Amino acid sequence: MLQKIYDWVDERVDITPLWRDIADHEVPEHVNPAHHFSAFVYCFGGLTFFTIVIQILSGMFLTMYYVPDIINAHASVYYLQNEIAHGQIVRGMHHWGASVAIVMLFLHTLRVFFTGSYKKPRELNWVVGVLLFFVVLALGLTGYLLPWDMKALFATKVTLQIAESVPVIGGIAKTLLAGGEIVGARTLTNFFAIHVFFLPAALFGLLGAHFLMIRKQGVSGPL
Amino acid sequence: MAQNGSKVTRRQFLTYTLTGVGGFMAATLISPMVNFAIDPVLKKSGAGDKVKVISLDEITTEPQRVDYKKQTQDAWYEFEETLSAWVFKDESGEIIALSPICTHLGCQVGYGGDPTRPTEFFCPCHFGRYEKDGTNIPGTPPTAPLARYEKEEKDGFLYLGSPVAQL
Repeated sequence: MLQKIYDWVDERVDITPLWRDIADHEVPEHVNPAHHFSAFVYCFGGLTFFTIVIQILSGMFLTMYYVPDIINAHASVYYLQNEIAHGQIVRGMHHWGASVAIVMLFLHTLRVFFTGSYKKPRELNWVVGVLLFFVVLALGLTGYLLPWDMKALFATKVTLQIAESVPVIGGIAKTLLAGGEIVGARTLTNFFAIHVFFLPAALFGLLGAHFLMIRKQGVSGPL
Repeated sequence: MAQNGSKVTRRQFLTYTLTGVGGFMAATLISPMVNFAIDPVLKKSGAGDKVKVISLDEITTEPQRVDYKKQTQDAWYEFEETLSAWVFKDESGEIIALSPICTHLGCQVGYGGDPTRPTEFFCPCHFGRYEKDGTNIPGTPPTAPLARYEKEEKDGFLYLGSPVAQL
């Protein structure tokens, strides 16, 4: 049945070369943990992507119940966690996944650094990777405010002070981020928009470039 | 692929185990989220408490519109919902409380809303009509009578609960 549907589509649109291009490629021996167990360090990039997929999925579902408003934000988080089926699990995935994503990303960066994989011709991919690192850190930072509890509030006040300490543009950066003079209603809507629309858009673009380049250039050779 | 029924090729074995394990992992991830999303369907709506609406002395045989407030919980948001009922006594002296929601498409009906038919409920949206006791008049859009509120008479007051559809 599935095979027939596939054949029908393939006969008309010729999709086989599309996925073959993506899925069919040699995994070199030096990055295959079945050959050398120490090659597991090459898995961290994939694991980072996997956790980010979990973040995107759980985030999409959390948005069904969350509201970025100073009166209702905390109440909606409390409600989705305690009154909705599996709310604790879905919010837990997003909460813990955020930390796991950053840990994995860091391990991936270390592996690339210590195997020298950033060297020519892969410099550009290193640059894109660093930009991805910043985007993920910014996602963690903006997401931190959204539950609107005391921890979120005071952490964000510190964040804004750090932004303010930047020479020359600090004051403007702080006002722009906070959307005003205090951490309040505008800050919450600002951070929400940045967290669920702007940063994911940047993330998708950069991830696309990151993956395109690794496929084009291949995994770096053995040490 | 296999030469006969009893043999499974290495490729088939790998395909089946990998899709099986992968599918299991994907299901573990997705099922809590799906459950989370469809929770409103799984939750049973609690029958609300009855609310004090009007003194029994004020109820006549002429339907009168009574507006009252009910404490309502909407997810994390609690508010006072304004509801209305058409309340009157029928010939036998029994109190009837009709819901003003038209059974056609949910507009608000009014008693004597059509001045030429002062003893009928009238819906202005599609000219739906009901008898005084809430029975829909054949030939007009509504296909069911007006819903009646669950009611209770206590300490000289009328208490109303949720509307019950009349079929």
